[in-house]
Amino acid sequence: MMHNPHSAFQFRHVVGERTFGFVDLADLMAKATPARSGDRLAGVAAESAEERAIAQMTLADVPLKRFLEEALVPYEEDEITRLILDDHDKNAFSLISHLTVGGFRDWLLSDLATSEVLTTLRPGVTPEMAAAVSKIMRNQDLILVAKKCHVKTAFRNTIGLPGHLSTRLQPNHPTDDLTGIAASMLDGLLYACGDAVIGINPATDNVQQATRLIKMMDEVIQHYEIPTQSCVLTHVTNTIECIEQGAPVDLVFQSIGGTQATNDSFGFNLATLAEAQAAALSLNRGTVGNNVMYFETGQGSALSANANHGLDQQTCEARAYAVARKFNPLLVNTVVGFIGPEYLYDGKEITRAGLEDHFCGKLLGLPMGCDVCYTNHAEADQNDMDNLLTLLGVAGCTFVMGIPGSDDIMLNYQTTSFHDALYARRVLGLKPAPEFDAWLAKMEIFKNNEQFTLNHKLPDAFHKSLNRMIGGRS
Amino acid sequence: MSQDIPKSDIPKPDKPFPTHPHAPLITEKEEPVTENAWRKLKAFTDARVGLGRAGVSVPTKHLLAFQLAHAQAIDAVHTQLDTDALSKALMEQDWAKNWTKNCAPLLLHSRATDRATYLQRPDYGRRLDDESAHQLDEHRDSTSQHYDLAIVVIDGLSSLAVEQNTLPFLQALSDHINGWNLAPICFVKQGRVAIGDDVCERLNAKCVLVLIGERPGLSSPDSLGLYLTWGGKVGYTDAYRNCISNVRPAGLVYQEAARKAFYLLNEARSLKLSGVKLKDRSDDDVIVDTSKESKNFLIS
Repeated sequence: MMHNPHSAFQFRHVVGERTFGFVDLADLMAKATPARSGDRLAGVAAESAEERAIAQMTLADVPLKRFLEEALVPYEEDEITRLILDDHDKNAFSLISHLTVGGFRDWLLSDLATSEVLTTLRPGVTPEMAAAVSKIMRNQDLILVAKKCHVKTAFRNTIGLPGHLSTRLQPNHPTDDLTGIAASMLDGLLYACGDAVIGINPATDNVQQATRLIKMMDEVIQHYEIPTQSCVLTHVTNTIECIEQGAPVDLVFQSIGGTQATNDSFGFNLATLAEAQAAALSLNRGTVGNNVMYFETGQGSALSANANHGLDQQTCEARAYAVARKFNPLLVNTVVGFIGPEYLYDGKEITRAGLEDHFCGKLLGLPMGCDVCYTNHAEADQNDMDNLLTLLGVAGCTFVMGIPGSDDIMLNYQTTSFHDALYARRVLGLKPAPEFDAWLAKMEIFKNNEQFTLNHKLPDAFHKSLNRMIGGRS
Repeated sequence: MSQDIPKSDIPKPDKPFPTHPHAPLITEKEEPVTENAWRKLKAFTDARVGLGRAGVSVPTKHLLAFQLAHAQAIDAVHTQLDTDALSKALMEQDWAKNWTKNCAPLLLHSRATDRATYLQRPDYGRRLDDESAHQLDEHRDSTSQHYDLAIVVIDGLSSLAVEQNTLPFLQALSDHINGWNLAPICFVKQGRVAIGDDVCERLNAKCVLVLIGERPGLSSPDSLGLYLTWGGKVGYTDAYRNCISNVRPAGLVYQEAARKAFYLLNEARSLKLSGVKLKDRSDDDVIVDTSKESKNFLIS
């Protein structure tokens, strides 16, 4: 072996006269990843379609145990690696410890892997195992297995029940204008949207502004007795300050990545999240549950922060889910098409990434939602979003976004609309969270909850507010 | 082959059909499109609120309006900036003749050869191609000028923004900037913000002001961004830059944008720095009328 010309490779695969070599597990994982621009940008992608297919065959033969023996980011350097390995549950893992990556795919698809068994398995699966198996799964595999993974969370309503789809009402405004925000909120509520959360990305990102918006949403939720929760998507340290100053915080938000260096660039670490979670729990504002965290992720963030350690972007993304599950979030949202074409070039790459993220998140036990979205410089359009929304609806996605007419006038990108969510409900029979569904009936927003039929009339409770604004004209 | 249908069998649209004597009284007029009582809220926001619905779907007219807006945004990204025409138009402006000392603009290109490469390789868009680099090096060596400011106009993600806003903004800026030794104005194709630093370094300019087409939104395909860097050098991050965003007639108007840019340029010159340490206090004297603060009409 010492004199073998291929000894620089930990993995080798011989096809006829040719030998394909892969330097290490990270290299093998990256080259086995379905093609996407971000991995090409990082210089880690397979150089040919054949090399990718060979990498997938080679990866399929890797025993799952190897992921426990060989950290892709050094244990000493990275607190997320330490979190993954220290919290790993060997008993749960014993269900699959005899399998290779390829055998794991067969097992997940088999009737052995029931919803109950998959729930038991969760703490035994590491993000790297989930990422590895996803790389050799087709889209339909990702959908089928994700649908078997049931993840229930709760705060003022119950999210993630089978046959349900929740929506985040996202009433963003480019100047945080309260009238503009209220207009989008009213529009969303009357289109039966907002059971996952009413969540605002603030245009001005500071403690004072976050407090103003948190109070505004809290007043609306209380006034109309809406069984939902609010969130301002500001930095976790801002939310901690908001709580200290007495703001009525429901959920704590943070964007998270899969390496410590990524999160350093975001300005937080695991201790910050623990502090924030404790602060939010101390307010005790949940009525039916205590999941107080809302995380957002997205492939490409690690590379964008120069913190990918030579890994492919999907493996980095899956590692972020280890961070998320440590803090029992109410919602995790992969913002799949927001980052731009240098990471996910077109509708095909965005679709694949959305399904991978949803599958990996669900397998690891997360309440996984997806911001089905694109920017105007990506090769994607509304039809691509229709496709991904439908696929995710079939896969049992926990929640999607809802915004007036798909157009986010603050973040300048397109995501799913209130109308889109109703489309998914109708074609797939997916209900909102039960407490919110009951509120929609009580408020006469839905005329028929079973058929998702909206009332033609303006519900009485909203008459007064609307008259105040537009003087009774319609 | 069309079948003849007796006219009497076609339901009249203004009458509910069928009208059986025992049919329940129809109280709501059933139209394919349901308008929203709150559609007038549109007056208070650019968000697409109150669109109404056909069943639960977006009505045809709003669907088509959305597609037009998306088409304009795509065109803004993919239409090539005509730097020759823009350069010529600049030279023809009376205000520009003195200001630029009648010096023809330099036309440059990044290392991204085409739009598809540009979109996938931001690293290529941040550096000049060899020919452009050579052109600037020659210019620097042939003059012994110490430029105070290099103005670099870049297509970025919206050629529309650059075409529409560059000349009026520069005219507004020229009202403020006198007595600065300006480098020839540079036009760059397939460029990102950081390519301004490459230009600044090669021209040995003290400061660079980048004008670049911003990522187009559906309601703003024509938004120009301004980035200022003191002593721009290859490899500088955003932390070294000051940004003024959304310059366009429906956003930050030219006079305001020029006033802010001039404020930052002056501050940068006197402090010899830019970026996070340089704060935009150009609005500190503006008194905010709090009585006009918007209200949450959903409660109160």
